[in-house]
Amino acid sequence: MELIINGKPQQLPDGISAAALIEHLGLADQRLAMEVNQEIVPRSTFESHILKPGDQIEIVRAIGGGAR
Amino acid sequence: MSSVMKTATPRTADPLLIDGVEYQSRLLVGTGKYKDLEETRRAVEASGAEIVTVAIRRTNIGQNADEPSLLDVLPPDRYTYLPNTAGCYTAEDAVRTCRLARELLDGHKLVKLEVLGDEKTLFPDIVQTLSAAETLIADGFRVMVYTNDDPIIAKRFEEMGCVAVMPLAAPIGSGLGIRNPYNILTIVENAEVPILVDAGVGCASDAAIAMELGCDGVLMNTAIAGAKDPVLMASAMKKAIEAGRESWLAGRIPKKRFASASSPLDGIFF
Repeated sequence: MELIINGKPQQLPDGISAAALIEHLGLADQRLAMEVNQEIVPRSTFESHILKPGDQIEIVRAIGGGAR
Repeated sequence: MSSVMKTATPRTADPLLIDGVEYQSRLLVGTGKYKDLEETRRAVEASGAEIVTVAIRRTNIGQNADEPSLLDVLPPDRYTYLPNTAGCYTAEDAVRTCRLARELLDGHKLVKLEVLGDEKTLFPDIVQTLSAAETLIADGFRVMVYTNDDPIIAKRFEEMGCVAVMPLAAPIGSGLGIRNPYNILTIVENAEVPILVDAGVGCASDAAIAMELGCDGVLMNTAIAGAKDPVLMASAMKKAIEAGRESWLAGRIPKKRFASASSPLDGIFF
């Protein structure tokens, strides 16, 4: 199925969980937060949250930054 | 959290108190615009800052997993991370950013709210900022709000429940120093929450002046990161904040139009 991840469409297996997605993207040991369709998915629910076709996913982290 | 000694800084008798937590340093620093992470680390360390602001941005997918991140050079158990809403021009984006930051930092509630109105001046959009502050406060966030130097608005933010109010000295990154010291003074005099000057500081004396107006602290990024020698400037800023604070606490002499001699007339032999 197609998922939009950080603005880019990607093909992922049907029924993949948020946790499996993070694993697949190689982000497993990074401190991050995830939104699906503009709603935050708590890290504690990553295993049980199953992604659906067309889901818009934002994965963010803290970086050095000021005004911009 | 206040029982954990986060840094090696000796405890001062004059701590900065924000939302019930004591900090030894009155200098807060941003983490952007450095040459690289190593320079970031050295400058932040030289500054003595305990609170560092960070931006929330998309993860770089496909990035080398071994590449160090900000959290590696500024460990979250040693520094208080203050997520900001940098780059947000609407209340909606700012609220969304804060919620993601809270999730990212395990429920951490202290945030810096900034909602910009204009790309050229980066002045805050007060209407959007008021709206975002209201939503965030209702959602349990402890908001340190970036604002302009309007004393009425500053008090409004305090009354709605912001834990600190942060008026700008001058536009972000401009290095112009405090453009309107009388407004900052009025804000400080009317405030019951900490007032920190945020944005526009350019050199160490600017920071000292902020403290001598009675501000509780100063937040800066470009003044350090953009200096020719950021680590040295960070050290200068640390001293300027301390000197300015002592100067204010010490109670300066009044300004007088004419001289008042320091030595007695008694005993003059000429």
